[in-house]
Amino acid sequence: MPNAILAPALTTAGVSASIAAIAQRFVPLRKAAILKEEHLDRRTFLALAAAVSASPLCAEAQTNAAMRIGLSPVFLDDQLSFLNDWRDYLQGRIGRAVRFVQRGSYREIMDLLLEQKLDFAWICGYPYVRNRARLRLLAVPVMEGRPQYQSYLIVPATDKTTNSILDLRGKVFAYSDPDSNSGFLYPRYALMQLKENPERFFARTFFTWAHRKIVEAVGSNLAQGGAVDSYVWETLRLYHPELTRRTRIVEKSPYFGHTPVVARTGVSRAEFDTMQEALLGMSQNVAGKALLKRLNLDGFVAGDDALFDGIARMMRALDART
Amino acid sequence: MLRLHDLSFRYKIPLRSSVLMLITALVVTASLIVREYDELRQDLATTSGHLGRVLANTLVAPLTHDDPWRAYEIINSPFHGGASESNPQTASLVMVLDANRRVFVATDPNQYPMLSDPSRANTDFYELWQAVARHNEPDTRPVEVKGSKSLYMVTPIISDGYRLGTLIMGYSKDAFLPRFFGIAKRAGLITLAVLVLLLPASWYWGQRFAKPLVDLAQSMGRIGREIPDEDEVGLYESKDEIGQLGAAFKTMLRELREKQSLEREVMLSERLAAVGRLAAGVAHEINNPLGGMLNAISTYRRHGNDDPLAARTLSLVERGLVQIKDTVSALLVESKMQSHYLTRQDIEDTHTLVQTDAHRKRVRFDWRNEVDGTLPLPSTLVRQVLINLMMNAIQAAPQEGEVACRVEREGERLRVQVGNNGDYIPQERMEHLFEPFSSQREDGHGLGLWVTWQIVHQLGGEIVAESVPDETRFTVTLPLAEAA
Repeated sequence: MPNAILAPALTTAGVSASIAAIAQRFVPLRKAAILKEEHLDRRTFLALAAAVSASPLCAEAQTNAAMRIGLSPVFLDDQLSFLNDWRDYLQGRIGRAVRFVQRGSYREIMDLLLEQKLDFAWICGYPYVRNRARLRLLAVPVMEGRPQYQSYLIVPATDKTTNSILDLRGKVFAYSDPDSNSGFLYPRYALMQLKENPERFFARTFFTWAHRKIVEAVGSNLAQGGAVDSYVWETLRLYHPELTRRTRIVEKSPYFGHTPVVARTGVSRAEFDTMQEALLGMSQNVAGKALLKRLNLDGFVAGDDALFDGIARMMRALDART
Repeated sequence: MLRLHDLSFRYKIPLRSSVLMLITALVVTASLIVREYDELRQDLATTSGHLGRVLANTLVAPLTHDDPWRAYEIINSPFHGGASESNPQTASLVMVLDANRRVFVATDPNQYPMLSDPSRANTDFYELWQAVARHNEPDTRPVEVKGSKSLYMVTPIISDGYRLGTLIMGYSKDAFLPRFFGIAKRAGLITLAVLVLLLPASWYWGQRFAKPLVDLAQSMGRIGREIPDEDEVGLYESKDEIGQLGAAFKTMLRELREKQSLEREVMLSERLAAVGRLAAGVAHEINNPLGGMLNAISTYRRHGNDDPLAARTLSLVERGLVQIKDTVSALLVESKMQSHYLTRQDIEDTHTLVQTDAHRKRVRFDWRNEVDGTLPLPSTLVRQVLINLMMNAIQAAPQEGEVACRVEREGERLRVQVGNNGDYIPQERMEHLFEPFSSQREDGHGLGLWVTWQIVHQLGGEIVAESVPDETRFTVTLPLAEAA
């Protein structure tokens, strides 16, 4: 994180130099912004940057210079061209540089978020409810008209006999991430409800660290079963039907609150509102709609904490067991 | 059935050379394929060695962290380069076995599910495991399982001296086949092209090589019926075996012909000898009563009786008897007759004796007497031979023709050559030339050559008649030896 490293080095004496550096950094961003419907003109941009960096809270301001948004594989975060377009869109909307931060697991994103190294993050409902006190719910994606999703139990398409998770006893099972609701918490909860011990029910379990890879692992028969986010599965069905075709959905869970976008507690009210407005407003304009279409979402809504009560219940049940 | 053995060399040689070319092509192709296989294996060992080490190192973390998905992604990465399946350098199977020899993860989870015993799915793994169980060096080792369709490259996954598992990469041998077929196809095409180019050459060469043999065989086939002329055989002369064969065959033909003519000569001479013996016997038998009869007539005349009829009759009888006596004495060649040794003058005398006849016919007489001193030969007989031959020559020569006579000493021999340019003696007459009464001339009794032959033979010499148009020549050689 160059900005974090850069920050302590900046002193008042080095202000002018840092202004120049920041301005330089913003030049390519501005070029991108011109392409957007609503962009800041160059003068405003430079003035803003100068104001921020000239303030006494220089170091703090510097870290805020770019909005850091953590992304986790709760959606198809491997579409780099989409992310590029989305970033451009968000920058245009919030009038600030946006930096997406991606990590291999939910936990790393959560750690960064809790250490205040990220401003916002698109995470899973499970880590959200676990850390609800230190996070603020910013937005919830809406899919098929509801801010909810499911956990799908999938098996290889070649498996014609499995009808329930109970048929997978002694098999190899793929989880997505130990901090995933749909890919870990729910299937374990379901097994518990069936009076099975999730630790011993399968001969072997492993994590793929992404929902998309659950589909691949099950499709290639590496795992005889897997739990996947319904949103990811449906999106894949749309854009990569060759992957989903190799799997078969055996069970669908009840609806849970969709993977929320959250803010760390330290984010200012203004920043929170700007960001929320940017996300929620996506369904209001053409560019935003086009991006939502690529995300296979209807839009984002502010969301209600109560959406995640189901996940919280399961978490408590499992926590109590251990 | 036509057997290959019976084929003419004209076909055998091109056929054999074609077979040789094919065998060469096959051997070369086979060695190329073997080399290609070795090279492929070598390349495979090198590339998979690198790959194996890289993969094995990378797989340490997923194995220690018990992360099969990561391992699966790693072992699948070599397949993601878009490498075609037919490339023999691309593994058809990559598998990671854990420390308990169970499948940790494999690129083909259908056949090798996680936690399964791979030898259950593929018996290759029994032997494979035997081969690598004690292989604890962190390098890749090729393992070939007998009867397996795959080559295996095995790399132990070792971290800090502890064996976490084993990486096995399987390479399908079937992927080699298209390459081998490619080589075989190319070699086949080249062989075909070479055959097309070389077949006419080998055909021509075969024909060339076989031709003298075929000619020889044909010429040999004619022997028995006739002796072929040497020029007809058409064998070239050289130092190679066929040339030697040709030379030997020609020598054989020459000797055969010589033998044939010798046999004919012997036969002739035996016939003449037999005739001579018969004639001599008859002559002796006639001579005795003849002498008596002539004595009786002489006695009768001496004791007188003037009966004119008787006298006329006796005279007639006497003339007849004398003629018989002449003929018989001509037949009887008396070689034992006492005679002095031959001198140069004796020979010159004969020349003088035939001069009259020569003049009458106005022939050009080429006389060469090169004898000096005395030769130990009976002069009477030699003179008779000379006179006979010269008289014959003058008679045979045309008016104003030519006659040549040459007498010379040649080592221990006397050689007499008498020639003329008269009509030539045809072959059929030559055979009976020396027989008595064979002459077709009206004058003479035809005993001249016969007597000559007899004399020459009794003296142990030889007489040869040669006759070509415009020249007929008799050559007599007489040995001087024993008399001396």
